[in-house]
Amino acid sequence: MGKILTFIQHQDGQVSRNSLEALKAAQELATALSHSLAGVVFGLESPPEQLTGLKLDEVLLVPASELKEYTQEQYIAAMNAVIAAESPELLLAGHTYQARDWLPRLASRLERPLVSDCVGYQLDGQITWVRQIFQGKINADVQTTPGLAIVSFQSGAFRSDDLEPGSPTVRTLSVDLSGVTLHVRPGDRFQEGKGTVDLSHAERIVSVGRGIGDADNLHLVRDLAAALDAELGSSRPVVDYGWLDHDRQVGSSGQTVSAKLYLSVGISGAIQHQVGMKNSGCIVAINKDANAPIFEIADYGIVADLFEIVPRLTAAIKEHRGT
Amino acid sequence: MNICVLLKQVPDQGSVFTIDSDETWVQEDNLVFTTNESDNYALEEALLMKASKGGEVVVCTLGPDRASQTLKDALAKGADRALFLRDDAFDRLDSLGAARAFAAALRDDSFDLILCGLQADDTGEGQLGPMLAEQLSLPHVTLVVQTELLDGCIKIKQELEGGWFRHLEADLPALLTIQSGINKPRYASLKGIMAMKRKEIKQVSAADLSLTTGDLTPHQILKRLYVPAKTKETQFLEGSPDEVVAQLVEKLANEAKVL
Ligand SMILES: Cc1cc2nc3c(=O)[nH]c(=O)nc-3n(C[C@H](O)[C@H](O)[C@H](O)COP(=O)(O)OP(=O)(O)OC[C@H]3O[C@@H](n4cnc5c(N)ncnc54)[C@H](O)[C@@H]3O)c2cc1C
Ligand SMILES: Nc1ncnc2c1ncn2[C@@H]1O[C@H](COP(=O)(O)O)[C@@H](O)[C@H]1O
Repeated sequence: MGKILTFIQHQDGQVSRNSLEALKAAQELATALSHSLAGVVFGLESPPEQLTGLKLDEVLLVPASELKEYTQEQYIAAMNAVIAAESPELLLAGHTYQARDWLPRLASRLERPLVSDCVGYQLDGQITWVRQIFQGKINADVQTTPGLAIVSFQSGAFRSDDLEPGSPTVRTLSVDLSGVTLHVRPGDRFQEGKGTVDLSHAERIVSVGRGIGDADNLHLVRDLAAALDAELGSSRPVVDYGWLDHDRQVGSSGQTVSAKLYLSVGISGAIQHQVGMKNSGCIVAINKDANAPIFEIADYGIVADLFEIVPRLTAAIKEHRGT
Repeated sequence: MNICVLLKQVPDQGSVFTIDSDETWVQEDNLVFTTNESDNYALEEALLMKASKGGEVVVCTLGPDRASQTLKDALAKGADRALFLRDDAFDRLDSLGAARAFAAALRDDSFDLILCGLQADDTGEGQLGPMLAEQLSLPHVTLVVQTELLDGCIKIKQELEGGWFRHLEADLPALLTIQSGINKPRYASLKGIMAMKRKEIKQVSAADLSLTTGDLTPHQILKRLYVPAKTKETQFLEGSPDEVVAQLVEKLANEAKVL
């Protein structure tokens, strides 16, 4: 019987949803492969409440005080010690920004593969991991050589509300981190002063992507937003280029919205954008590429040149609303 | 300040991808290639540091012959020289293998900083930087959105999820992975393009770097590519621009009831 470890990322005991989603994948795999499953928690004396009612063989606590706040070097040293003690077949985690920071380095230290940002798996004698390439346009099946594999899962790839209930035992593992010198010294987390635009409560959003081509074309989407009484949102490149302010950005490093109407114009729909808007009610996508991933989550799709569509749509909406 | 920037040549995101008959890569003949987005920002950050602190900017890529264009573009923008890891043995490396190759190529140069992009937009792994840092025993910081060079160390603003940030201080030498938007990447000037022609692109092979087959054998093997199955039923509206617009307004008003 092999062992699956799932890393449980938390902020002051509040478990990240991505970790719970990874646990869902872990539960399925543990059952299918008859493996045992442990959730590994760093820097806490007792298990987070969200884990105590879940089907896991155990919660493995590594309470070392150095692990209370995330530092890449101490986390790597600690996980290295856990892996040496437990010899797992799999180490699973959510593909969070924190995971991006330390898992590749851990994998490199262990000289084992990291299959990052997976969206699923298939079982057929061995495990095949599914990940997306070309920003979600193509799927790739990958397999790893025998031995430990580290795997991170894309946000939303598994559903944390489907987790199986149970009652794990709790075990504590002490690791010695006194020898770890910090070459990277982190300061406190902070949020920038809130911008003037709060998209999280907007009922309607017209969101614009790189497809708009140039800042000089933005008046087209501004007019559409005005006709719809909508806020203007955007993808990251539009902000990176300085065409719109950061407080318009929707996505993993911008705002999370749940509008009744989210009308996207010239946005491809990369996962980092999707996580910020997929809970919107009615999603409309205008994009000239029929294979753009945005159509995976859109209710209505128009495959066409936005410059042909947007001005006509603005006029038609004005007419419909009698303005 | 001697800085090395890792630049990957990737297909333009606007490309239409057609899977090759062996189902392990895409057909390349109809693709347009460009430098990976976040890598352009990494290069600009290096050029800005050079402008204020002096020193040298070395650009480095690993890829097939066509990837030399990415080096030429970077030299035209102001990088001083280029290193091209070129060998058929590098064709199907996984991230760990690529990190080993770069480590072997860069170990003996004493760079103060190595800059990578955050992730390559073709395979989207987001791994190479931290893996390389480990191999070279350098500290690393990911998702960098601001830098400030101090004496012997660098102050960094790091992006966290959902609009959060953190400041960090890292000892030099170090490796950083740069997030897009950190600066405004420049275009090559005509003078830069002329100067590029006199700059060196040094090509190195696996043998030059004493890399063995064992060092390069992937632990992660790409088995098959395919177009993802659609899970959501998008209603595609068809017709002339006027027709699709009329349909959309009708649907938004009467079906989705959001107007
Ligand atoms: C750690 C990390 C965090 C990130 N955070 C965010 C985030 O918060 N928000 C975010 O949005 N992104 C984020 N990104 C970037 C994300 O991965 C994508 O690169 C980005 O969302 C792409 O933006 P886009 O769709 O506007 O551009 P592209 O991907 O370039 O897409 C442009 C689209 O426009 C279409 N198009 C072009 N011309 C026309 C036309 N004339 N008519 C119609 N359609 C046209 C094209 O077919 C294409 O689909 C993040 C990435 C990383 C790695
Ligand atoms: N073949 C390559 N040549 C040059 N740089 C690369 C290569 N592969 C990855 N990189 C660098 O590593 C970063 C992360 O790539 P990846 O881990 O593949 O997503 C990229 O943004 C580049 O800076």
